[in-house]
Amino acid sequence: MGNHAVSWGVLRSRAQVIAAYPITPQTQIVEELSEMCADGDLDATFIKVESEHSAMACCIGAAQAGARTFTATSAQGLALMHELLHWASGARLPIVMTDVNRAMAPGWSIWADQLDSLAQRDTGWMQMYCESNQEVFDLTVCSYKIAEQLDLPIMVVYDAFLLSHTSEVVDITDQGPIDDFLPPRQAELKLDPGKPYAFGSLVMPEYYYEMRYKLQEAMERAGGVIDSVLEEWAERFGRKYGQVEGYKLDDADIVLVTSGTTTSTTKYMVNQYRERGEKVGILKMRTLRPFPVERVRKELAGRKRVLVIDKNMSPGLGGVWAQELRAATAHIPDVPPIQCYIAGLGGRDIRPETVRDVIEHGKTQESLEKEYHWIQLKN
Amino acid sequence: MKAVSEFSKSKRLIKDFKEREIMGPGHLACQGCGATLNMRYLLKEAGPNTVMVIPACCWTIIDGQFPFNTLGVPVMHTAFETAASAASGVRAALDRQGKEDTNVIAFAGDGGTFDIGLQALSGAAERNENIIYCCYDNEAYMNTGIQRSSATPELAWTTTTPEGHPKQGKKKDIIQILAAHGIPYAATLNAAFPEDFLKKVRTALSMKGTRFLHMISACPPGWKIDSSMSIKAMRMATESKAFPLYEVYDGVKYHITHESKGTPVKDYLKMQGRFRHLTAENVDFIQRRLDYQWEQLLHRGQLEPFNG
Ligand SMILES: Cc1ncc(C[n+]2csc(CCOP(=O)(O)OP(=O)(O)O)c2C)c(N)n1
Ligand SMILES: [Mg+2]
Repeated sequence: MGNHAVSWGVLRSRAQVIAAYPITPQTQIVEELSEMCADGDLDATFIKVESEHSAMACCIGAAQAGARTFTATSAQGLALMHELLHWASGARLPIVMTDVNRAMAPGWSIWADQLDSLAQRDTGWMQMYCESNQEVFDLTVCSYKIAEQLDLPIMVVYDAFLLSHTSEVVDITDQGPIDDFLPPRQAELKLDPGKPYAFGSLVMPEYYYEMRYKLQEAMERAGGVIDSVLEEWAERFGRKYGQVEGYKLDDADIVLVTSGTTTSTTKYMVNQYRERGEKVGILKMRTLRPFPVERVRKELAGRKRVLVIDKNMSPGLGGVWAQELRAATAHIPDVPPIQCYIAGLGGRDIRPETVRDVIEHGKTQESLEKEYHWIQLKN
Repeated sequence: MKAVSEFSKSKRLIKDFKEREIMGPGHLACQGCGATLNMRYLLKEAGPNTVMVIPACCWTIIDGQFPFNTLGVPVMHTAFETAASAASGVRAALDRQGKEDTNVIAFAGDGGTFDIGLQALSGAAERNENIIYCCYDNEAYMNTGIQRSSATPELAWTTTTPEGHPKQGKKKDIIQILAAHGIPYAATLNAAFPEDFLKKVRTALSMKGTRFLHMISACPPGWKIDSSMSIKAMRMATESKAFPLYEVYDGVKYHITHESKGTPVKDYLKMQGRFRHLTAENVDFIQRRLDYQWEQLLHRGQLEPFNG
């Protein structure tokens, strides 16, 4: 299952300090990792903390002292970490974290919904969304390389149950080749008894602005680093990924924009439309931050329809992916109105028929009449 | 014979103590700041092979602004409630690098310890993390302008407990809370008793596991005393039993290290503006409470530890 793919990814990445706290649907990641540590398969220190807040604080402390770190969480746990997510990126620590997307309470829901991670958009973390368990494994390993090249933290994100608890065959690449791909972390600056630096001190307006500039400058480099790491992965291991990926996209008039497992269901429906000769395709989003602005501009220009399936809702505005896409493509000529469809909240299935209804409704939408549409809403 | 060797031993202690200086000048503390003295004394003993973890508190400021560091050892500033958890992470990383002999010390205020950081501290203590956790206790949130904390003494004035409605309820007994975790060492320290102070730091440094050092810290602006009165106020805190000096081994073995003189608490309260509004009955009540707590401590000191 997806959760085990993460544990194996962390094992292969030779994480040194792991701190985590259980929450459904992330729990098996932690269980398996603690076993791997106990059995000596993974030579890491596992700190069994009393909260997610402390889990992130432990990772921050360990990463500041130069270690390769890992944690995993979901929903409430991620929200509890919020303050420290800012800390991790501001301190420029390459922490890798898994977030298994789960809806925010109340009402209590353990099922998939992306709002937990999307709500952390501005914390300075890179975020990558996965469609399959193979992606989960591969991107966990790649994340270390990406994060450590940029000194930025990164979140690998995937859907509760649809991946976390679903068994798929995953190719667990051997340790040797992964060691060649991912050398040990070399922290340039770290807590070192011989060197009395202060990290995270009081900073006057005189410097803070430039520190933020450097953070953003790293994010600007991040797109290129992600591309090159994913390319290297593809060359070495034959599995190719991008910040955005197209499916039957080249000649598509109607483009569905998806992320996570929604993509797979959408592919199924796209195939059916293609059989009928309708030019429907998919733009699959992988990175939320850095946002692949240039790519989406290029991919969305010249289409007849852009229909975003948002498995999340930002109350007061609508789907987050749609908002991001609108911001990225504003004033770009030839990009059609970006239609937003709220679907699948709190684990409601996004079924092929859901996608069909989106497409059929989308065909009727010439202009942007509504900021967002509900789909299959019960009365 | 014994007396002589004790004497020369303590002379040596004092000599080392005077000579060694890790913390630099140029810090940003107020005059008469007890927290600064605590840090200075602590570092004299801990030495340069130390990593200091400091959460939000006055010491965030005292250490100096970017790019300066007054401490002479590496410092990790961290979020308010994370001193113990961030220190746990630092410990784990240093151990993996073979730096088991580096001291990892968390240095937090009373707010960061008694209140917002208590959960993380409890977690670290329960795991018996190999760290020294110091709480410098100035008995309020001083950095944000003297708001009450659960370490504020009963009936004291703060900006959130005005004279008309002073702090209700007694100061939280943090040592009892830590002792209940069964950690190897918990002790109260007072820089007005430097010999006792440094002995306790030495004891802590000689042990492994979670060690908790509770340091009283006079705060001239917060206590409303003249900055020249800091040491005196701290000494009075102990002599009046408001801040007794003792240590607890393994959560059970209590040892009182200084017999409080039993100076009337009135004299201690009288010298501080934060107690100016107290009535004679208030003072009497506080005296009786402290007398009772001292008795309680004596009883604990007499109890033999459980021995399977
Ligand atoms: C989560 C959070 N809440 C509030 C604050 C604001 N804050 C910074 S220092 C402080 C008070 C610290 O009090 P204490 O721990 O007693 O240390 P002192 O200032 O007295 O040295 C507060 C409330 C913060 N930094 N973080
Ligand atoms: Mg305080």
